[in-house]
Amino acid sequence: MENSVAYEKATELRLGLPGIDEPAVLSSVKNNKRPLHDEKSGENGKSAQNETAPPSKAQIVGWPPVQSYRKNNFQQAKKSESECGGIYVKVSMDGAPYLRKIDLKVYKGYPELLQVLENMFKFTIGEYSEREGYKGSDYEPTYEDKDGDWMLVGDVPWEMFITSCKRLRIMKGSEARGLSCSGV
Amino acid sequence: MQKKTAYSFPDEILEHVFSFIQSGKDRNAASVVCKSWYEIERWCRRKIFVGNCYAVSPTMVIRRFPDIRSIELKGKPHFADFNLVPDGWGGYVLPWISEMAGAYPWLEEIRLKRMVVTDESLELVAKSFTNLQVLVLFSCEGFSTDGLAAIAASCKNLRELDLRDSEVDDLSGHWLNHFPDTYTSLVSLNISCLGSDDVSFSALERLVGRCPNLRRLLLNREVPLDKIANLLSRAPQLIEFGTGTYAAELRSDVYSNLAEAFCNCKELKCLSGFWDAVPAYLPVIYSVCSRLTSLNLSYAPIQNPDLTKLVSQCPSLQRMLVLDYIEDSGLEVLASSCKDLQELRVFPSDPFGEEPNVSLTEKGLVAVSSGCPKLQSVLYFCRQMSNAALVTIAQNCPNFTRFRLCLLDPKIADYRTLQPLDVGFGAIVEHCKDLRRLSLSGLLTDRVFEYIGMHAKKLEMLSVAFAGESDLALHHVLSGCESLRKLEIMNCPFGDKALLANAAKLETMRSLWMSSCSVSLGACKMLGQKMPRLNIEVMDEKGPPDSRAESDPVDKLYIYRSVAGPRFDMPPFVWTMDEDFASELS
Repeated sequence: MENSVAYEKATELRLGLPGIDEPAVLSSVKNNKRPLHDEKSGENGKSAQNETAPPSKAQIVGWPPVQSYRKNNFQQAKKSESECGGIYVKVSMDGAPYLRKIDLKVYKGYPELLQVLENMFKFTIGEYSEREGYKGSDYEPTYEDKDGDWMLVGDVPWEMFITSCKRLRIMKGSEARGLSCSGV
Repeated sequence: MQKKTAYSFPDEILEHVFSFIQSGKDRNAASVVCKSWYEIERWCRRKIFVGNCYAVSPTMVIRRFPDIRSIELKGKPHFADFNLVPDGWGGYVLPWISEMAGAYPWLEEIRLKRMVVTDESLELVAKSFTNLQVLVLFSCEGFSTDGLAAIAASCKNLRELDLRDSEVDDLSGHWLNHFPDTYTSLVSLNISCLGSDDVSFSALERLVGRCPNLRRLLLNREVPLDKIANLLSRAPQLIEFGTGTYAAELRSDVYSNLAEAFCNCKELKCLSGFWDAVPAYLPVIYSVCSRLTSLNLSYAPIQNPDLTKLVSQCPSLQRMLVLDYIEDSGLEVLASSCKDLQELRVFPSDPFGEEPNVSLTEKGLVAVSSGCPKLQSVLYFCRQMSNAALVTIAQNCPNFTRFRLCLLDPKIADYRTLQPLDVGFGAIVEHCKDLRRLSLSGLLTDRVFEYIGMHAKKLEMLSVAFAGESDLALHHVLSGCESLRKLEIMNCPFGDKALLANAAKLETMRSLWMSSCSVSLGACKMLGQKMPRLNIEVMDEKGPPDSRAESDPVDKLYIYRSVAGPRFDMPPFVWTMDEDFASELS
């Protein structure tokens, strides 16, 4: 991905004065996650909002230091859907004592999303089939939709999924299998 | 049995004397005078502050202080506010509640900041502490309105419920109904963070109506403007009030009702809320303005001249929070009208915009520093700064205790001379001898850190981003700032040398945060082995550190002193570097 090159450049830490273009002194750590640190482009590179889908501008996580509740609460003149707001949903996994949050807008489809979930919670999802759901693993990714129903991830087209998904839950065991049998 | 000499006081007298010592610091000092003072003090300590919930365990606290009535706990590091701490990091309050449930049945006050509070925790609080009077959840998360319902139903003596800036899951709007009809003790209620379905307005009205001691009421955004008048008329004794959304179609009946309601609140001193505020309804608060000591317009999109006109009517202001819509011109008016001003916070209306959308520069801050002799605390977001301005500000305000400057472009130079801003910040620390908190930004070399180490002797908290050139900078701070308690650093070229050379200093501080710096894994391991009273936590979402070279820089590093040893509730992306680290992974 082109982005990983930009990422590697950005995490190169320099010992010279900021703004001077010197060769990298330290190598960056390899990363296969979506880029969070991009170098500021030019002298007037500005940071973009953490929570927006990445525009062509650079973004710096944590700068400017505006608190999340303030960012959430204060709305500027409404921008178009494509510019503003990622789709943030909470992700929980049965048995894990913590919750994570992800931005569904960032992913292009189910394979990418599932890969991310696997990395996040350190488990494997089985093979998906429309009739039988996820086979080959004790875990099944599910989500709560706008109507409050719990559905199996993958049952509806991706675009429909990201607009209707309220939260994700990686279920374990037989409870999960119950969902996959409730076919259309 | 203790041998009493002619020179020792009976325990009861000492205990009585100690009861006049309220500050935790003073109590801590008294407790180390001698063993008997330690013993007496620990039995009569009623209030405890734990700045880092992982620095000590609940068991240890309970063992030492058997009869606590008021506890304050803080969890996540400050940079969690800016999304630098991933979800799941920690800061769970449940272990504390579980242990205190048995040990402190008479607990009256619980104050939590940046902690994860589940409904289970809240239910346990409701069940265990029947005498609970104060519950403050400041920037907390993890709970829903179900947990709040449990509190409402059980805590008959609750005076203060403050959910400031917390993230609450909206499940049901009717939790307020769980306050029984017989409940009348509410004094302070802050629900400004709640979402749309969370508040049943009629329940709120009834609650407000039956609590004659209610002095502080901060509503959430969803309460419409036309309901405010009715609410205020039930609570004319309010001292502090936060509106909901401050926008509505202009209607003369709504307008006059509001004006009358505000006018009848003769003790109102603090106003906030004002989401989506429209200028048309601003004059309804004019009758209150002359009395206002605190005004928070930081969610109000109103611009000049309306904004400045409002400000000019508030000569008693001590605390002002506002968006940069106020511009330099508005700040000049503030400077000439509000001679009692102590605290100013100016937030960016468009922090990620390419071009400036308002005319707010260093001039506004200079004006306020010149016009307001009592100014002590500043948080200022702007787009340009000069050394000359900072020097002037420093000379005008030698009494600063908190100075936080945030330049939206983090490495921007002095716009007039194109020099780094070292000299300007140097002047701040040199002139402001009582400075306790400082946030830097702009183009900064190692120089500024030399000044800080040399002058900032009372500095307790320092926030640094995109600054400095070498480890020398970090060394200046760690070796020079005698009072330093919290240091948080992001995106600076600081590596191992300064950290290792000043390892002992870290035990005198609460915590150190370093993210996107150059501290190597090897150095972290070394610190972990050599400093058993520090927890060295490496945070990396890319994978365990064992798979990488010793010289590789760690992504995020959080070091804090602790007498409780390493914690065990870490998520998969946090590793503690201690003596066992190497063997754990084999």
